[in-house]
Amino acid sequence: MKQLLSFVKKEFYQVFRDPKTLVMLFGLPVVQIVLFGFALTNEIKNANIVVVDNAKDIASQQIINKIEGSKFFTVQKTLMNSSEIDAAFKSGKIKLAVVFPANFNQDLLHLNKSSIQVIADASDPNTATTLTNYITTIVSDYQSQLSQNSAMPYTIQPEVRMLYNPDLRGAPNFVPGVMAMVLLLVCVMMTSVSIVREKELGTMEILLVSPVKPLLVIVSKAIPYLILSCVNLAAILLLSVYALDLPIKGSIVLLVAESTILIMTSLSLGLLISTITSSQQSAMFASMLGMMLPTMLLSGYMFPIENMPIVLQVISNIVPAKWYYIIVKAVMLKGLGFASIWKETVILIGMTLVFLVIALRNFKIRLE
Amino acid sequence: MNAITLNNITKTYNKGTVLAVDDVSFSVEKGEMFGLIGPDGAGKSSIFRMLTTLLLPDKGTATVGGYDVIKDFKAIRGILGYMPGKFSLYQDLTVEENLNFFATVFDTTIEENYDMIKDIYVQIEPFKDRRAGKLSGGMKQKLALCCALIHKPEVLFLDEPTTGVDVVSRKEFWEMLKRLKKQGITILVSTSYMDEATLCDRIGLILGGKVLSIASPSDTIKAYPEKLYGVKSANMYKLLNDLRSFKDTINCYTFGEYLHLSVTCTEDEVKKYLQEKGYDDVKFIEATPTVEDCFIRLLKEQNERNGNNNK
Amino acid sequence: MSETVITTNKLTKRFGDFVAVDEISFDVHKGEIFGFLGANGAGKTTAMRMLCGLSIPISGQATVAGFDVFTQPEEIKKNIGYMSQKFSLYEDLSVLENIEFYGGIYGLSNKEIKEKSKELTEKLGLYKEAKKLVRSLPLGWKQKLSFLVAIVHEPKIVFLDEPTGGVDPSMRREFWDLIYDAADKGITIFVTTHYLDEAEYCNRVTIMVDGKIEALDSPAGLREKFGVPTMDEVFYKLARAAKRSAD
Repeated sequence: MKQLLSFVKKEFYQVFRDPKTLVMLFGLPVVQIVLFGFALTNEIKNANIVVVDNAKDIASQQIINKIEGSKFFTVQKTLMNSSEIDAAFKSGKIKLAVVFPANFNQDLLHLNKSSIQVIADASDPNTATTLTNYITTIVSDYQSQLSQNSAMPYTIQPEVRMLYNPDLRGAPNFVPGVMAMVLLLVCVMMTSVSIVREKELGTMEILLVSPVKPLLVIVSKAIPYLILSCVNLAAILLLSVYALDLPIKGSIVLLVAESTILIMTSLSLGLLISTITSSQQSAMFASMLGMMLPTMLLSGYMFPIENMPIVLQVISNIVPAKWYYIIVKAVMLKGLGFASIWKETVILIGMTLVFLVIALRNFKIRLE
Repeated sequence: MNAITLNNITKTYNKGTVLAVDDVSFSVEKGEMFGLIGPDGAGKSSIFRMLTTLLLPDKGTATVGGYDVIKDFKAIRGILGYMPGKFSLYQDLTVEENLNFFATVFDTTIEENYDMIKDIYVQIEPFKDRRAGKLSGGMKQKLALCCALIHKPEVLFLDEPTTGVDVVSRKEFWEMLKRLKKQGITILVSTSYMDEATLCDRIGLILGGKVLSIASPSDTIKAYPEKLYGVKSANMYKLLNDLRSFKDTINCYTFGEYLHLSVTCTEDEVKKYLQEKGYDDVKFIEATPTVEDCFIRLLKEQNERNGNNNK
Repeated sequence: MSETVITTNKLTKRFGDFVAVDEISFDVHKGEIFGFLGANGAGKTTAMRMLCGLSIPISGQATVAGFDVFTQPEEIKKNIGYMSQKFSLYEDLSVLENIEFYGGIYGLSNKEIKEKSKELTEKLGLYKEAKKLVRSLPLGWKQKLSFLVAIVHEPKIVFLDEPTGGVDPSMRREFWDLIYDAADKGITIFVTTHYLDEAEYCNRVTIMVDGKIEALDSPAGLREKFGVPTMDEVFYKLARAAKRSAD
């Protein structure tokens, strides 16, 4: 018994004297509760939708008022035609469109039934389903209201169209997310750990003391992982297309090019981490904290970014995965071309350059 | 021109709280084998790292091959060979792959300077396809030496190359160094094994960041101030305690088979004291001081100078 | 005839085909300082592990402090102390906390721990430092403290595995002063070292080569037998012939 107590006491001393353990024990749970409790939610708020009111009559007005009144939507009333609506979806500006036919009320009065078109961006099937459900609930509420005051039941049929992912499969949503994760994981963690390992083992000392230029050392570290990641990328794409039945609607070349940019971004992030950590353990820790967590939580693939508090939305802008996710969905699912994603591409390239510059500046040509 | 010079070199760590190297000055001639002898933490590795341009000194200047360690570090990095404390080789590469790699890093090939390392390499050649991580301590050391020599450096820095290696390999290693010296390479080597000191041309005894003495091994020994006796009897521990409590003892400590004793009185007076204590089998010899004895002496002097500050 | 605290008879340890320790036999007496020498790979560490109850031999017999190594390893562990160069004290615990911890492990009462703490810190001259983390002590002090903590429970035998690496000659001798002191009090010391001069401080020394004991005698006896003036040369003669250390 006494032995047990001795051990327990010692363990407590060791735990409280190690800053890393303390961070994990106290810091992480607090952060998690705050994040998951307040910030990360599947609940939708203020989703951007458009309402095309071709009827402009009482019935449509009333339904639109209800939609506007709900906290779920930010409504933009517009008179777009169908190709304009398509374009709006493609650019990712809207998540849902409600289209009222020209004789909405008239049909209700004379035929006791009418229909409303509900078009949703199903590249994120969860969001699409939720939003569609909100709309259909509002519509059916109105429907019951109407039916109350009359002898004959009214029927308003929502015609739901799910864009890009008619079967509402999960794959189109998670595959881009997984692609980002895998490429980031391999490049960031492996690169940083490999460089730091040389520091730990002492072989770095000899390299530093030789005529070899530091740039060469860094580049030689990055190249194997660059190649391996390309192989990984190929594997994922092949699996998605053939095993998961997820066709690539847009240009494969563009997709590969953009993915290569992300690989560069992660390699430079890995290099940056290697210049600020001195042990393999801390390199891994930093990679987890600086890369995995933000990618999982703030890239938009598990939790929609629009639903997070402003602070997190701003932070998500510096997560490379966020931009990559937008790019991949645009190219793979929506079949878009470079013109739609040039902004995101520029941002990724910019991040890569920033990381590289900082990493090179930090790379020490001496030991301290 | 001296191959290596240090002038008032000082180095601190941790924002000045740890004084690792304290105003050290010495020089090494071309083709000389200079040994830096001292225990762990004495400052040897810090000095090495400053000379190989891996660390910047806080104060002072130093040159290697005539080049300044701060301003001309690139030039120095082209002419030095370095074997740092830990065996810094790639564990997952084979012997041959390691050698090739380091040759390329220094912009040369194995064939170009093979004659430099031939003597040493033939000993590990039978294992050239074995991974470096699977070699014994002695073999790793030979490989590390080859990798440090492959580009025919002017100055060779060996930081504790024999630590953790068995006795036989240690002897062989120093034989190799002696042969290297004949080729005209300047060698600065550090070790905590005092007996290896005798193989150097000159030695610097270093402790607590300070160099306590610089001379050839024989001169260092000649400088020992008192006569040194070797004393032994059947019960060494009792003898040790009794001699330590003797009023005229300067220092008494164990030294293998005999105790080493230095006294302010004559030999006969010591014998008389021991007889009074009941010893009847004491053996007295005159002991030639070794480098270790000199070190212990210098340590004692330093302790006495520092009073109670030294622990 | 003083009490025998360790007995071994043809003790052997094999790892697959490799015979690490090959039928070694020797006895150690109470209060003896027994030196165990040999090159890396000769089998010293394996032999020591068997005697500490950390590894079960394949064949042969051995008793430590009267307990059988095959059937009573737990009893052995209670009656021995152990210190190695690689690890001994917890760096992020203070001096006192380390003493408390090891005291607790070996079942000392609170009163005994208090007494021992006082004794140890006084012996080493550590007063203010007693509350400081071990990490901040210089190497020589860590070593001496490790040794004293290893015998905090006054065991019959203490095993020291290469305890004096890297410190200056003065510190090494101070360490051996502590060993002498302990031996004087009746604790048997079983020490491995690669400093050959330390072999001289032992009452008897064995030299292991390729898993076998090639020499077992007092240092003076060995020097005479091989006709050489120092233990260094004795060792060199034996180790040279070894097959195992060569690669």
